[in-house]
Amino acid sequence: MGAVDLARQVRTGARTARDVVEEHLAAIDDRESDLHAFNLVLAEEARAAADEVDRRVAAGDDPGPLAGVPVALKDNFCTRGIPTTCSSRILEGWRPPYDATVVTRLREAGAVVVGKTNMDEFAMGSSTENSAFGPTRNPHDPTRVPGGSSGGSAAAVAAGFAALALGSDTGGSIRQPAALCGVVGVKPTYGVVSRYGLVAFASSLDQIGPFATDVADAALALEVIAGHDRADSTSIPHASPSFADVVLQGVDGLRIGVIRELVEGVDPDVGTRLAEAAGALEAAGAKVDEASVPTTTLGLSAYYVLATAEASSNLARYDGVRYGLRVDGDDITAMYGATRAAGFGAEVKRRIMLGTYALSAGYYDAYYGQAQRARTLILRDFEAAYASYDLLLAPTTPTTAFELGAKTADPLTMYLSDVCTIPSNLTGHPAISVPYGRGDDGLPIGVQLLAPALGESTMFRAAAALERSLR
Amino acid sequence: MTAGVGAVTTTDWEMVVGLEVHCELATATKLFCGCRNAFGDEPNTNVCPVCLGLPGSLPVLNRHAVELAMRVGLALHCRVEPSLFHRKNYFYPDMPKDYQVSQYDQPLNVGGWLDLPDGSRVGVTRAHMEEDTGKTTHVGGGGGRIHGADHSLVDYNRAGVPLVEIVSEPDIRSADQAKAYVNELRAILVAIGASDARMEEGSLRIDANVSMRRSGAEAFGTRAEIKNLNSVRSLGRALDYEVRRQVERLEAGEAIVQETRHWNEDEGRTSSMRSKEEAYDYRYFPEPDLVPLAPSDEWLAEVWAALPVLPADRRVALAEAAGVPPNDPAVGTVVHQRLDDLVVAAIEAGAEGRLALNRAANELAHRAAPDPRSFAKVLRMEGDGRLTATQAKAVLAELVSSGGDPEDIARAKGFEALEGDVVAAAVDAAIAGHPGEWERYAGGEAKLAGFFVGKVMAATSGKADGKAVTALLRERLSG
Repeated sequence: MGAVDLARQVRTGARTARDVVEEHLAAIDDRESDLHAFNLVLAEEARAAADEVDRRVAAGDDPGPLAGVPVALKDNFCTRGIPTTCSSRILEGWRPPYDATVVTRLREAGAVVVGKTNMDEFAMGSSTENSAFGPTRNPHDPTRVPGGSSGGSAAAVAAGFAALALGSDTGGSIRQPAALCGVVGVKPTYGVVSRYGLVAFASSLDQIGPFATDVADAALALEVIAGHDRADSTSIPHASPSFADVVLQGVDGLRIGVIRELVEGVDPDVGTRLAEAAGALEAAGAKVDEASVPTTTLGLSAYYVLATAEASSNLARYDGVRYGLRVDGDDITAMYGATRAAGFGAEVKRRIMLGTYALSAGYYDAYYGQAQRARTLILRDFEAAYASYDLLLAPTTPTTAFELGAKTADPLTMYLSDVCTIPSNLTGHPAISVPYGRGDDGLPIGVQLLAPALGESTMFRAAAALERSLR
Repeated sequence: MTAGVGAVTTTDWEMVVGLEVHCELATATKLFCGCRNAFGDEPNTNVCPVCLGLPGSLPVLNRHAVELAMRVGLALHCRVEPSLFHRKNYFYPDMPKDYQVSQYDQPLNVGGWLDLPDGSRVGVTRAHMEEDTGKTTHVGGGGGRIHGADHSLVDYNRAGVPLVEIVSEPDIRSADQAKAYVNELRAILVAIGASDARMEEGSLRIDANVSMRRSGAEAFGTRAEIKNLNSVRSLGRALDYEVRRQVERLEAGEAIVQETRHWNEDEGRTSSMRSKEEAYDYRYFPEPDLVPLAPSDEWLAEVWAALPVLPADRRVALAEAAGVPPNDPAVGTVVHQRLDDLVVAAIEAGAEGRLALNRAANELAHRAAPDPRSFAKVLRMEGDGRLTATQAKAVLAELVSSGGDPEDIARAKGFEALEGDVVAAAVDAAIAGHPGEWERYAGGEAKLAGFFVGKVMAATSGKADGKAVTALLRERLSG
């Protein structure tokens, strides 16, 4: 049962929040040891939060729009007094003294946090294999990866451990695992959801969004966490939007373009499902044709310069001085070196080095400057496309979930998993991945709808239409 | 310049100095969070996730800090421009994020100048905003430096305190001019309420870029940057030292190394910290957690309108009122002590300009100011000869400490001026009583004037005016 229905039942007293949470904790007990979706299950805290919701319902107080809905949080959201590791040794044992804004908003909406989910270390990866605490497995096939970096959150929703989960999406880290795990994943417009309390990977690209089993749940979750926050200077100052009521509005008359450049090179079954999705939208009343966004293929290279540059700076603070891991050395420089050598995994070190190089004197313009110019070109290209289209359609990933270990030896192959999702992070525009059938291997396939800035409502309408076409 | 060491002379050389002054802004809270901006509190009590750089925290720019920074820019005749914050990346334990948020190639204030009391002008390249670091204390070994210390203590109360860094053009040509620049800058910062500018508390910190060139040469020499200058006096001493060091090397045919040098106050010398080759690569890039800062024209106009009259303009106005040149030292003192309004009011109330300036500069500095009417009254009494200079100073002191009417004070002290004939009678009596001394005085022994003044003073209980007595003695001689 989804979040909308669970919340309705709890709010009306048809079912207790405690009962809902026990059901989900039982599912966790049953399969978590096989999947490793969580770094930490918060069973007692979840029961206490559920009991509090039930008390509010009994007292006649409004328990909030997500009353009693079990939610899983990616382990890069700060949770007051609760370990927040980013799946890294360097933060092992650190307990933040504050809650992220999204965590506060979820709690205020009556949601029940059931645990902190596994991820690629500091959100760097596409398979959740870069976790210091071991990989998460795909609930549809435990020999496969769940995608990443928010693989634990995607798996938690797919396995029924939580009705909703939050992830962060820097280059596709919500949409790609959503596609591989057969759930809905949303990356909102940059600035729609406050980043305060999200441990930064690449600040200009990071955005928080929900995982859900259907589009209506995702829309409700986004409605709860969205809205201006003074604590985040990049938060868009506008009234909290309403998404939950748009999903039934249909797509009649919407102009939708299929991005030609992103269809090339995907697996044939992924291409087939995408064509079927285009057909379904057309059947529902949209006008669908092929669109070209020529510079979109520059995205991957630009992304790996910009994201690593920002990461090299964002991750400097893990130096052993104030919190987290410290490995002593003879002097301060040795302490820094020993701490970071022991605390960071190989992929994080690789990206810190790449980013440090890209920002170095003499290379800045050739790398960082050039990547910024590419980013501007891509943004202009997409804005030009949105002059002709209300939405764009593309695959979410080139393949279905791959086997554990299949890409770990070759970082470049791994990076290519994000080629379809990265452009939206560079433009700051919203995008959603919706499950759309299965591949020849029986594993889920997702399709992606992209919208212009603040186009979430239109995006949810089309996503819901796709979902209905499968029923 | 004439300072010399051994065979080295500096007369053939010209010193070129540019100063970078870091100024802590007098805001209630820090640059990017709501923590108190206060000096001297218990260590690590004014901290939060933002200024500790905890994972997930984000900066929010303090509007009042921007306003004070704009005031600094306007007071230094800069253009206030759309600006951007960058990250300056380097590792140091007093920097919680291991990068400093600072302005780089798009600073808030650019292209101004500062006029000094001696009439010279120093260009101001830029005045940009940035956050301060925490404060590290290195314990045991290492002589207070991080390398060799047993352990280090960090206080993050200062981390995130707003700073403006004011960078001058290389227009300064002497240690005295450098000191005057800093003094004038401090006066401006205090006058506009941007900073308390207390060097002893670190609210004002100076780095000096120093090079030498042959007198008359156009091209600049290689410069050294001197850090750890904690007072205006240190600045002067360090520049004097650095001139000698550089000239010695140059005259010996050696090159100056571009490097950062540390001023050691106790040893009175600079020593190398790091050379250009070892310099940090700060890997500047735009701070993605902040949006560009572009103050609106309306805001700029508001800040401009609220700006008080600056010290240089006050000096001109005061000099004009007192009828003296603007570079008169008393003018500088009176404006620095913020006594210029008092002096101008006293002049308008009939006091003589030079007298008002001197009495204010010498008797009222570092004391509570009297009300202008009473001040003017004392000066008029002195000008009319009703009070001697000594008596006038005593009345002023009493006026400042206890207040009251100058006439009453003078009367209470028994200062009511003596009638001229009483003094004359006392002079005549002194001459009559000491004919031998009078004869020697009349014979040209001028120093005996003091003897007679003393006799008259004794006879009048010190109430006679010394100058008037001397004049009477001369009259009796010529008469």
